Amino acid sequence: MEFFRIRRDIPFMRHALVFNIVSALTFLAAVFFLVTRGLNFSIEFTGGTAVEATYAQTANLEHLRGVVSHLGYGDVQVQNYGTSHDVIIRVPTKAGIDQKQVPSHVFEALCKAESGTVGTKTETTAKGEVVTRPSCVDAAKAEPVVLKRSELVGPSVGDELKRDGAYAMISVVVGIMLYLAFRFEWKFSIAAIVANLHDVVIILGFFAFFQWEFGLSVLAGVLAVLGYSVNESVVIFDRIRETFRRFRKLTTMQVIDHAITSTISRTIITHFCTQMMVLSMLIFGGPTLHYFAMALTIGICFGIYSSVFVAAAIAMWLGVKREDLVHTGGKGEIDPNDPNAGAVV
Amino acid sequence: MNRYPVWKFVLMVVAVLAGLLYTVPNLYGEAPAVQISAAKLTTKIGSDTVTKVEQLLSAANIKPDYVAFEGTSVHARFADTDTQIHARDVLAAGLNGANADPDAAPYAVSLNLVARAPRWMTSVHAMPMYLGLDLRGGVHFLLQVDLKAALDKKNATLYSDIRALMREKSLRPAVTREGNAVVVTFHEQDTATQGLNALTDAFPYVQWTSTPDGTDVKLTGTLKPAELVKAQDEAIQQNMTTLANRVAGLGTSEPVIQKQGADRIVVELPGIQDTAKARDLIGRTATLEVHMLDESAEASAAAAGTGPVPFGDSKYPYRDGGDIIVKSEVVVSGDDLSDAQPGQDQQRAGAVVNLTMNSKGASIIHTVSGDNIGKRMAIVLFEKGKGQVITAPTIQSQLDKRFEITGMHSIAEANDLALLLRSGALAAPMEFIEETAIGPSLGADNIAKGLHSVAWGFAAILVFMCAYYLLFGVISTLSLGVNLLMLVAVLSLIQTTLTLPGIAAIALTLGMAIDANVLVNERIREELRAGSAPQTAISAGYERAWATILDSNITTLIAGLSLFGFGSGAVRSFAIVHCLGILTSMFSAVFFSRGLVNLWYGRQKKLKSVLIGQVWKGGAKQPGGDVPQPDDLVVEDGGAAKAVATKQRGAAR
Repeated sequence: MEFFRIRRDIPFMRHALVFNIVSALTFLAAVFFLVTRGLNFSIEFTGGTAVEATYAQTANLEHLRGVVSHLGYGDVQVQNYGTSHDVIIRVPTKAGIDQKQVPSHVFEALCKAESGTVGTKTETTAKGEVVTRPSCVDAAKAEPVVLKRSELVGPSVGDELKRDGAYAMISVVVGIMLYLAFRFEWKFSIAAIVANLHDVVIILGFFAFFQWEFGLSVLAGVLAVLGYSVNESVVIFDRIRETFRRFRKLTTMQVIDHAITSTISRTIITHFCTQMMVLSMLIFGGPTLHYFAMALTIGICFGIYSSVFVAAAIAMWLGVKREDLVHTGGKGEIDPNDPNAGAVV
Repeated sequence: MNRYPVWKFVLMVVAVLAGLLYTVPNLYGEAPAVQISAAKLTTKIGSDTVTKVEQLLSAANIKPDYVAFEGTSVHARFADTDTQIHARDVLAAGLNGANADPDAAPYAVSLNLVARAPRWMTSVHAMPMYLGLDLRGGVHFLLQVDLKAALDKKNATLYSDIRALMREKSLRPAVTREGNAVVVTFHEQDTATQGLNALTDAFPYVQWTSTPDGTDVKLTGTLKPAELVKAQDEAIQQNMTTLANRVAGLGTSEPVIQKQGADRIVVELPGIQDTAKARDLIGRTATLEVHMLDESAEASAAAAGTGPVPFGDSKYPYRDGGDIIVKSEVVVSGDDLSDAQPGQDQQRAGAVVNLTMNSKGASIIHTVSGDNIGKRMAIVLFEKGKGQVITAPTIQSQLDKRFEITGMHSIAEANDLALLLRSGALAAPMEFIEETAIGPSLGADNIAKGLHSVAWGFAAILVFMCAYYLLFGVISTLSLGVNLLMLVAVLSLIQTTLTLPGIAAIALTLGMAIDANVLVNERIREELRAGSAPQTAISAGYERAWATILDSNITTLIAGLSLFGFGSGAVRSFAIVHCLGILTSMFSAVFFSRGLVNLWYGRQKKLKSVLIGQVWKGGAKQPGGDVPQPDDLVVEDGGAAKAVATKQRGAAR
């Protein structure tokens, strides 16, 4: 089996301008949505309280919204989480409300709405561990609603996380640029970072447009994708350098075309494999990993595009030359005009 | 050229065996156990407890898998939950007495889970990974330590120490507190020099600056930066020890108490979902302060509620009713307390708490009580931020290192107070800034979801790689399997906490690690396409792909390390797995898979073809080739021919 039967180099760079206009437009759209809509930060970043509960029956969200709104916590979100039996209730931080009481008050309200009473249940799991948990028991001794998770984040933590996230992003960018500048050349390092930061902005743009929840795991995913897409550009740059060394008569454009064409098969197959793994997380990973996998999916798709079409084109426009990469007199270099070149004695 | 020396094969085998050894404990799962830990601070747990537990169990005819002392508690593992529950009842009755009051029992005997892996594995440190709360359920707290308060307290003590010293040296300067500094003002130059010498001798950790103020000399003392750091570290450390003491009585398995960042403490209690109760327990603060009573007329008026509280005084409720006005200055605090024990009152019927001070506290109490015989002092207990005067005895004689608090209402009360005082004061107040409770069912659910994600993703990659690259695909998936094995082994060996983001990182790292194999396989195909002999193609394929693999992995590693450096909690757990996964993938995808290829093909001298899937030779690629474009350079035939020549030269070297 071989998918890529490419007879001759594909003239990618001839269309570089078109590709870059397309990516610039996507980028601008992403920035536009980021500015106008903003990211829907999870409570890890904003501070607040989240309560996750499971209902024995399908949860009636409208009814629940009514129940929770009576608590007077302001702008409370009630959503399904995963299945139709699971709900998540997010309460923002609000002055004058003791945050610590929120999870228990919300659970009490939910329990009362199911005409149950809140108590503490100590039980031994089938495996033999004792767990104590708040429970809601109704008249028939059944548990109509089970508290699955509650999370409470103080407002000061969120700002710090945003700051640390920004630091992490900056240190990734600086680290990768330094490495590429050292290993290749500054033009490549700029090209790779521009191309891949544009991926990051596009991922964020998607999150802003659809108002998907942007949590810590999404941030981790975004940064992992940044490293991953740069590695994509590195493979192509490596090939560009090698092509410059091997074929001395080609123009820069032809060298880039050749490099992209000869790595395209690897590019697609690798991304396909990674995407299969990510798809598996999207399908089986449940709601916690959903947006993480989503960020990766977008990142992988745009990663191919930007490293193939954008990074190389930027390097080309920055005027990358043979001399930048092939140091004359270095070991293993052969001058084609040298009559003795290639002679093995 | 595709041969490995024997030691490389040995290394491969050793790596796989070690990987298996350290991965396997994770597959055993957990077994029911009974945990015996100290419910009181006086209870000592150790090898004696093990012998006692063994005796009790054999007396009741229960055979445990083992009984062992681990960390701060004793675990006894059982084959099934019925035996476990029976054993719990036997041990609770045997250790604590049959009808013991659960609140006063010396031992906490609780049902628990421990690793089911055989004991010999534990002895070589082959233990399962510790599961994070999102995978096993429990409560998580993040506490912010108020270091400013800790420093304030330190400065207040410094202030009173300086005053005491100056009095002792009969210098009598004016001593005041200004912010974080203590200012000592002398009226004469000689006394100032004398004072400075005494001060630098007694407080080497204080930085003094001298400024003339008219005819006076002002000495401003601040804690040295190193001392500040030390004070903060000590405050955090003391808080952590105190938390550990408070949590110990809960009998929860493997509670986690860790420092996070400069001024935060993480507390994780598996198996508990009741945040309110847990918060109450770990937030319980009891500190003790000794103050002198203000016995002036104004103070009596204030105590009676008919006048304002005099300047420099504080008002606290008295436990037996009414208010008591004390001087705000702390004579000694709980910090200087080294022990507190309940005891019997020698003179009257009643209970007392015997206090033992450390040397600094002892010298202060000695001096102060000597100066104030016949006056009253107040012992103020702060619980949950509120002070209450427990007792306000009259100083009968000069006190020493050991003295007692009388006036306890009962033995039980003396017992409780001693415990509270001893379980330690928090060096600095703490605030809950994050709390999460995860139900046990959610944890099990998350494990299943994480495992399914990895398993199905791995299976999809396996099928695709084998179909596309045939034998080389099989080798690639084998080495990806080794990667997974080694990653899990390393994670278990360093005892990381596995969380759901960590499992996601395993999946993602595997999905990204296959890149190295794809690079190698594509390169080999390319070499074959260019007409190289199979053995040369394999060798060149691996060698040329290596530089690319290294470059691309380093960039990924940079991202991983940044996440590790700036992330905390879930992000950090993701980053650890991600970084380690990249490192193990370099080993497996390059060294290990090459070894398998060498094993299979390396011995065949006249290798005609390799099973790497179809290699399409329809059009030998010529870079920049015959693409019809007007401004295209026509490549001289030399281009490709030279390339082949170079390559063969390279191979011949």
